Amino acid sequence: MADLVMYEEEYEQIKEILARLQSDSNSKIVFLVDKNGQQIAAHGDMQGVDATSLASLTAGNVAATDGLAKLIGEKEFSILFHEGERDNIHISLVAQRVILVVIFDERSSLGLVRLRVKKASQELEKTFEVIVTKAAAEQSREGRFESPFAEITDEDIDSLFSE
Amino acid sequence: MTFINYAAREINCKIVFYGPGLCGKTTNLQWIYDKTNPQAKGKLISLATETDRTLFFDFLPLDLGTVKGFKTRFHLYTVPGQVFYDASRKLILKGVDGVVYVADSQEARMDSNIESLQNLEKNLKEQGYDLNNIPYVLQFNKRDLPTALPVEEMYRQLNYKGEPTFEAVAMNGTGVFDTLKAVAKLVLTELKKK
Ligand SMILES: Nc1nc2c(ncn2[C@@H]2O[C@H](COP(=O)(O)OP(=O)(O)OP(=O)(O)O)[C@@H](O)[C@H]2O)c(=O)[nH]1
Ligand SMILES: [Mg+2]
Repeated sequence: MADLVMYEEEYEQIKEILARLQSDSNSKIVFLVDKNGQQIAAHGDMQGVDATSLASLTAGNVAATDGLAKLIGEKEFSILFHEGERDNIHISLVAQRVILVVIFDERSSLGLVRLRVKKASQELEKTFEVIVTKAAAEQSREGRFESPFAEITDEDIDSLFSE
Repeated sequence: MTFINYAAREINCKIVFYGPGLCGKTTNLQWIYDKTNPQAKGKLISLATETDRTLFFDFLPLDLGTVKGFKTRFHLYTVPGQVFYDASRKLILKGVDGVVYVADSQEARMDSNIESLQNLEKNLKEQGYDLNNIPYVLQFNKRDLPTALPVEEMYRQLNYKGEPTFEAVAMNGTGVFDTLKAVAKLVLTELKKK
């Protein structure tokens, strides 16, 4: 799979979509993770939430469930839902490569979350199409895509471990 | 799969510690966790059995600072080494940017080392990677044990492509950061080529 490269414009779009989803669905947190567990963007009350762990465990969860789906001959389970005493978590796949997580409590409902997630997913899918197209265009362009790491030196790398 | 976020000026890389059961993968991560200052690390997540064997993965996010104005974040994972967890190992290899192979130096574990290395090669291939091209370092762990094979013998049996190789005693940290540094360097150097 190609590396995921995110530029300002699409990033802003994604953040907007997440913000709208959070308010439309009356949920606490909306969170977007790539399938490898790297957080892309989030919206809502993230205080007291370990975002990195949340991202990694969500991806692990989806990966394991994907494995289960294949075992029984399904392509994928597109939605996961975990119900807690207070909070619930709704996990769905977008554009086959990113994971949309919604955490909500009794101020919302599964039905409402489902409805809003569906709409937001469609918008996100469009944005990700653009991202993929852009990345492909950059790759094939004559001068090729100018990586900020093209000039990385041994010293740069060593300095990362200096402490 | 490296994730470069130009908007947030962040780069995320995934490094997987591979190797047979009980070779010391989790111990490597624990040492890194213990010796890294709090601002630079997140939680160490271990999905383990009641007897402390890795069941799905260990996960440790590390912020290494900035390179060329980009925040550089490494996500370290270990796989479960026990043979029957193969399905989980495959999942964890998805999107990998670099691999550390941890070998157990004890003579009695050599067959398991070889088997696990073959398993790595095969599982990478299934995910569309080639061990020949992927950033890769080799660690000979448990050098402290009296039953440890000579390094030359280990190298003869386990060297894959002349990769950087380190002797380690993960329990007391010997060689742990050298190994991590080497793989991080290979991963970042790989980015340069893209
Ligand atoms: N003597 C010695 N023991 C070690 C060393 N490194 C790890 N161990 C011990 O080996 C045992 C297994 O270590 P783990 O780190 O849990 O092994 P693992 O590779 O994660 O094993 P799985 O999760 O089953 O794949 C533990 O009891 C460690 O304390 C070492 O360098 N020397
Ligand atoms: Mg382990």
